[in-house]
Amino acid sequence: MIQALSGNAAVAYAIKQVNPDMVAVYPITPQTVAMERFADYVADGEVDTELIMADSEHSALSCCVGASVAGGRVMTSTASAGLALMWEILYVASSNRCPIVMNVMNRALSAPINIHCDHSDAMGARDSSWIQIHGENVQEAYDNIMQAVRIAEHENVRLPAMTNMDGFTLSHATERLETLKDSEVQDFIGEFKAMYPLLDVENPVTYGPLDLYDYYFEHKRQQVEAMELTPDVIKKVGQEYGNLSGREYTLLHPYQMEDADIGVVVLGSTAGTARVAVKAMRKKGVKAGLLKLRVFRPFPKEEILTLLKGLKAVAVMDRSDSFGAFGGPVFSEVRSALLGEDTEVVNYIYGLGGRDIRQDQVEKVITETAEVGRTGKVKTYINYLGVR
Amino acid sequence: MKQKGWKECLWGGIIDEAGNSVLYKTGDWRSQRPVRDEEKCTHCLQCWIVCPDVSIIVEDGKVVKIDYDYCKGCGICANVCPFDAIEMVAEGSE
Repeated sequence: MIQALSGNAAVAYAIKQVNPDMVAVYPITPQTVAMERFADYVADGEVDTELIMADSEHSALSCCVGASVAGGRVMTSTASAGLALMWEILYVASSNRCPIVMNVMNRALSAPINIHCDHSDAMGARDSSWIQIHGENVQEAYDNIMQAVRIAEHENVRLPAMTNMDGFTLSHATERLETLKDSEVQDFIGEFKAMYPLLDVENPVTYGPLDLYDYYFEHKRQQVEAMELTPDVIKKVGQEYGNLSGREYTLLHPYQMEDADIGVVVLGSTAGTARVAVKAMRKKGVKAGLLKLRVFRPFPKEEILTLLKGLKAVAVMDRSDSFGAFGGPVFSEVRSALLGEDTEVVNYIYGLGGRDIRQDQVEKVITETAEVGRTGKVKTYINYLGVR
Repeated sequence: MKQKGWKECLWGGIIDEAGNSVLYKTGDWRSQRPVRDEEKCTHCLQCWIVCPDVSIIVEDGKVVKIDYDYCKGCGICANVCPFDAIEMVAEGSE
């Protein structure tokens, strides 16, 4: 079915179709509307979900962990400071191997207070052992939620997954999207298989015991292994989803990279702008290509190396900064993946606090990066795009 | 006990053997030991009620011993005893 939905409405619709056992939420702009819509579905009896209105995001995610280890399929949604307040429980969720799916409407962190998009919230959670998937548009945001359920719940994975989408740019934009039938969604996600559920009284288990120097390290090593097994699951689920919907997904989506000299790496909605910029620069004779990073965790290092090595220069666009570090988080990791290669990698920090990113700015990035490729000289590795 | 590697143990530190805390003898945490005076004890069982470690062993309604394998020496039993029948003695002082 073709619908016109805002990002928030699409998220609510996706969660309705998944029909999880439990959802716990706390409102925060720009995702509040999604959960208000979902609360309507609950009130109208369109889902079987137990909805808990928690007293904070810390509590909301704690409720989710409880329901997940009890043996239920659990989802939630947040943004910005809400995600920051969940920080402690993010680790509890992943360490207890709760396959919770959480939609994050990416928004800047305070202070000064700002409600608009950047990726500081998600990037702050990048070490928390959550899978992180970024959507470019409302269609992808919807599709990512369906796939995230399957990925997170896969027996080789059993990690929580965060589906990211740009706050306001997507959450409050109405776009055309194709939705699946409820029955197609249910067939695709399948029945939830609880593992070691607390409510299985025949087989009692203890969650979250004291775990000191004798075993903690082993349990962290297991999480590393789960992350290492995740890319194959993401690819397989993406293919299967492609067969169902006609829209196939994988770890990253290249555009005009086959013969490119210059690469641009982006996450999220900026990929749309960057694609138009690449097309325009191609007309001007610059062999540019775009690499849209869909999955940031686990970081697809091999695929990035395969696609970017041999290029003359690469620009990584980060919509968050890592203050005091050498560049933004995406830059650090892309550059690290290209360690030992001749390709120069430069960083552009842009769009903090919702600052608009325009086509001509991405064209400027490509022009400057082409210059790096031509001369082999880098003037500045870390550049701030669009700041006065 | 041989410790398991990461490939062998359950994730997240989940414990699937119910009641295995019995294997963990916490008596060596103790710095003071409760000593019961059998002549003063009336077997009122106040100590049995309050002991957080189930270390007051009762048979046929009578206190028979204190289980030093698990007694952590918290002293609640000595504190609650209405007959001053339990005295806390420093470990190693004899």
